[in-house]
Amino acid sequence: MTESIIKAHNLTKRFGEVTAVDSINFSIAPNGIVALLGGNGAGKTTTMAMLLGLVVPTSGNIEIFGKDFEKKRSQLLSKMNFSSPYLDLPHRLSVRENLYVYAMLYGILRPKNRIEELSESLEIGNLLKRSVGKLSAGQRTRVALAKALINNPSLLLLDEPTASLDPDTADWVREYIERWRANNNATILLASHNMAEVERLADNVIVLRSGRVVAIDTPKTLIQEYGRENLEEVFLDIARHNKNKLV
Amino acid sequence: MTSYSHRGFSLVTNSKSIFNGSGLRIWALVLRQIYLLRSSWPRILELIYWPTIQMVLWGLITSFLVNESSWIAQAGGVLIAGVLLWDILFRGQIGLTLAFLEEMYSRNLGHLFTSPLRPWEFIFSLMVISLLKTSIGITGAICFALLLYQFNIFDLGLPIIAFFFCLIAMGWAIGLMISGLLIRFGLGAESLAWLAIFALAPISCIYYPLSILPDWIEPIAQLIPSTYIFEGMRSILIDNNFKTELLWRALILDGVYLLVGIVVFLWFFRSARIRGLIHQIGE
Repeated sequence: MTESIIKAHNLTKRFGEVTAVDSINFSIAPNGIVALLGGNGAGKTTTMAMLLGLVVPTSGNIEIFGKDFEKKRSQLLSKMNFSSPYLDLPHRLSVRENLYVYAMLYGILRPKNRIEELSESLEIGNLLKRSVGKLSAGQRTRVALAKALINNPSLLLLDEPTASLDPDTADWVREYIERWRANNNATILLASHNMAEVERLADNVIVLRSGRVVAIDTPKTLIQEYGRENLEEVFLDIARHNKNKLV
Repeated sequence: MTSYSHRGFSLVTNSKSIFNGSGLRIWALVLRQIYLLRSSWPRILELIYWPTIQMVLWGLITSFLVNESSWIAQAGGVLIAGVLLWDILFRGQIGLTLAFLEEMYSRNLGHLFTSPLRPWEFIFSLMVISLLKTSIGITGAICFALLLYQFNIFDLGLPIIAFFFCLIAMGWAIGLMISGLLIRFGLGAESLAWLAIFALAPISCIYYPLSILPDWIEPIAQLIPSTYIFEGMRSILIDNNFKTELLWRALILDGVYLLVGIVVFLWFFRSARIRGLIHQIGE
């Protein structure tokens, strides 16, 4: 049995003179949502990129599902998926064509059935024939989620899943993510600047500052420890180096 | 057996095959380019337009020179064959590089390389896409050469198949090197995709024999696979003689070029992963 879905050991990334991630250690247990928090430049994106194989660590290692990520990259990536508002799907292809291509990339046995299932649950059936480039931000987010769920991943990495969405659509996306995770016993690593979203979704948070892990705990415990009303205030304390942690 | 079929394009795979996963991923990327071509007629027109214009132009030059030059008069098709063969090389390179650029334009590389896609599968898919685009592009020019100038490239006989694969393989090798530079230096290096191969045109001896090159350039030309293909083509058309040693030299050099192309691409890919460039690439 796998104890941790992700294990990062002394993970470091330097870009020339700049240390983006500085010898961080963390492990993520199965079946939960863990949020990666930190201000701009804290090392969230670099950490996520290393967990996805887009960036090679300078030192340290990553184990996913108990296996060395660098050695078993392709095999492990088939059980993972990723969504980010900073990456696009090809604009000229229709939603269905994009999903079909990704279904094949992930080796889905019945791609048509899977696309139908996802289009029903994500309410994108009416968008399947439309070009991705002609969709609104909310529609694109739902299509990006469909791509991220095409292989029913055991580990899903979400970078800012509700960035630039109106409150109604953002709420719909959060609710969907919660429901999907509960139904599939999957693990989600979420990077977000929206503290209310993190408080609602995350079972645990990993807080990064200047490339180092400065806190790992549940949102509730962190709020108590810092004697604050909510996670946003905790985040500000940590980001501004305020040392008013109560315990 | 698993059948993948979508809008007229189908693939049947044997699920026990060890190549099943790789084959599917390669086909997925080829399908992505087919979808793109199908959704954009200017892209298809562009594939056919330039080879046809070039062939019409050089056909007219041939018609003029055939009465003026004893060398051309020996084999009227030598210039048209040169144009058609050069276009295989050019289309092979640009077909591969443009398929790569499409992924950069659409900021899709981050998605592709967080899927189980392996770099060698990506390279192989680029080659298949290039083969497809080159075949589309060159078919129009071959038909026009036959209709307008009664020149049939297939009169070269079976060697035309070997020439085709030698030239397209050289195009792939150069295309991979340029794609490597693109992944490392981003779209700032885009013009290389269109221009780099033309540096080889004068020393590939497309329209004239190797012997007319200045002495100091000749050794450089002898290191280029296409030089032997064009020499071989002229040998068939003018002397009616297929020289196997020219083909062997081209094949050996092609093997070296392809190996270098793949190594350069993988090296730049690794370098881009170290520098954290892949998910930042885009317009």
